[in-house]
Amino acid sequence: MLDTRPAPLVQVEDLRMYFPIYTGILRRHTGNVKAVDGVSFSIQAGETLGLVGESGCGKSTVGRAMLRLYEPTGGRVVIDGDDVAHLPPEALRRKRPTMQMVFQDPQASLNPRMTLAQIISEPLDEHTDWSRDKKIERVHELMDQVGLNRRFINRYPHEFSGGQRQRIGIARALALNPRFIVCDEPIAALDVSIQAQVVNLLEDLQDRLGLTYLFISHDLSMVRHLADRVAVMYLGRIAELSPSADLYARPLHPYAEALLSAVNEPDPAIAARRKRIILKGDVPSPANPPVGCNFCTRCPKVMDICRQVKPDLVEVEPGRLVACHLFESRQAAGTTGAPEATERNQQGVSQ
Amino acid sequence: MAEGAAPVLDVRGLKTVFRTRGGEIHAVNDVSFQLRRGELLGVVGESGSGKSVTMMSLIRLLPSPPADIRKGEVLLNGRDLLKMSPEALREVRGARVGFVFQDPMTSLNPVFTVGDQIMEPLREHLGMTKEMAERRAVELLELVGIPDARKRLKSYPHQFSGGMRQRVMIAIALACDPDVLIADEPTTALDVTIQAQILELVKDLRQKLGMAIIWITHDLGVIAGIADRVMVMYGGQVVEQAPVGELFANPQHPYTRALLQTIPRINGPRETRLKVIEGQPPILSAPLAACPFRARCEYRHDACDRMNPARRPVDGRPVGQGHDVACHWQAPARVEAAHA
Repeated sequence: MLDTRPAPLVQVEDLRMYFPIYTGILRRHTGNVKAVDGVSFSIQAGETLGLVGESGCGKSTVGRAMLRLYEPTGGRVVIDGDDVAHLPPEALRRKRPTMQMVFQDPQASLNPRMTLAQIISEPLDEHTDWSRDKKIERVHELMDQVGLNRRFINRYPHEFSGGQRQRIGIARALALNPRFIVCDEPIAALDVSIQAQVVNLLEDLQDRLGLTYLFISHDLSMVRHLADRVAVMYLGRIAELSPSADLYARPLHPYAEALLSAVNEPDPAIAARRKRIILKGDVPSPANPPVGCNFCTRCPKVMDICRQVKPDLVEVEPGRLVACHLFESRQAAGTTGAPEATERNQQGVSQ
Repeated sequence: MAEGAAPVLDVRGLKTVFRTRGGEIHAVNDVSFQLRRGELLGVVGESGSGKSVTMMSLIRLLPSPPADIRKGEVLLNGRDLLKMSPEALREVRGARVGFVFQDPMTSLNPVFTVGDQIMEPLREHLGMTKEMAERRAVELLELVGIPDARKRLKSYPHQFSGGMRQRVMIAIALACDPDVLIADEPTTALDVTIQAQILELVKDLRQKLGMAIIWITHDLGVIAGIADRVMVMYGGQVVEQAPVGELFANPQHPYTRALLQTIPRINGPRETRLKVIEGQPPILSAPLAACPFRARCEYRHDACDRMNPARRPVDGRPVGQGHDVACHWQAPARVEAAHA
């Protein structure tokens, strides 16, 4: 499907991240928490891919496993030509400068005993052999870029507000001129009036430096504002991956539809008119996901097949990928005709 | 919401100060508002705006020291809570005023079953027998939509999910059929689909039980969907107060206006760039001698530095009854600010 476009900067194929569960006195391996279970997507250079979903859906784990902050259980993560998931340690170390991360909690991700200069130049200490003066010059340059006053260079993180701390985290991520940045809920801990400051900064930096973002968030309105395309995750799998405009105008996957309908629009007139889809119940445990579609326990449009077969993520409209049996007939219509036939076929394959 | 009916709750000139080693923090500055029967008042503001401290001050939940309620009256059905004896106040908390906190995990006791915790106020305040309390507890759990209620009484909080725990908190707050329910960011820690469940539940319960609710949040989206009236707080004081439709359609205070423009929308055209409120919220280390928002305000002029503006009516109705604002600047008549 991407034939006509240049090769993507980031290509994730069937990424899986299982956390083992050990039980009993002998700590026997009795199961896995399937935090990420077969996720595939690609990101073009200069693009922002939004990754949304509710807590526990595995969106942060995807970001961390991609940068190999976790050892992925399976799958490939090709970033700018190298499969990060399988790089040997030394090659991985050399690769790190090109891929960076901005964390959710700037309080927890900045060392309270280091000054701002030390925090921002730490990546330079690790990956360059520059002189002290050159590093300080670079730190100044980065502080200018993210809008921090140069006077603050010898201050400690606790002397800054939440928004400013997030700027420090961004400056640190930019220090080595990365091409790809994973932003893991970078604004979730900030007040509304400060969120816009940080989001505008991220956008400016993208324009100026040609950055590629994976923007992980549960704030669907903000993702709509920032992202070119959006992947909606549910229980370790991607439910829908669509261009932002299409997704928000007309979500296809029933979960994406329910999720968007639950967003509170700050406008009483719209709020009064709108019909919400209220999902029943809670998300199942990722240690014991349903046999069929992961969403089948809460889906308002559930069918028999959904409880038996996991749907694949397939392109159902140009550029729009959906993992749902509702759309399978649409995709397979040309070849099999009757939906029943598809159903039986699918079951046969999986058993 | 009968206009003119005596308010359930009438707060007048509330002022709360924290005494810390570094000096005093003037967290709540001359806050006044009324709450009528069956009404849902939304309280909006950023962290540090004083919204939670105001509500905690009402029923004297803040530890003192450091908190010191300097001034004000809090009349609940005509009785001043700030002058009550600790015993009488104990009766009010839980029985007449219910509280739902943001984080259901830290506000439920992990070593008691959910049933024990719901039955506690029933036996304490209403003097029910164990059997009566148990029957009522089952009813309450069913009311807040917890399936298999009788069995779940014996469960511990950790055996519930976040949304379920918040339902339990609501059940406890509702146990004695309070006149006022204060909900402090009750859905902030929850995911949107679960948040939607809780919002529907509260709307439903309001209709069934007809109590007055104060809903504290920083999420204007939640307010738009649920509130009758909105109070915007900044720097420990009320900067604007209006019926919900009026506030969103015709915001007067520069802070309210800016706040409405900083949040991206899920419908309508996509903004190319978000509006930013520059700067930081004020540090309230001294009594406010000037407008707390002036450092971030685009309409700042001399008067703002000299004097902290008092609330003035916008629509002709007295302050607290209709639409009022605390600002020296006069917004141009009827702008389509929110949708421009």
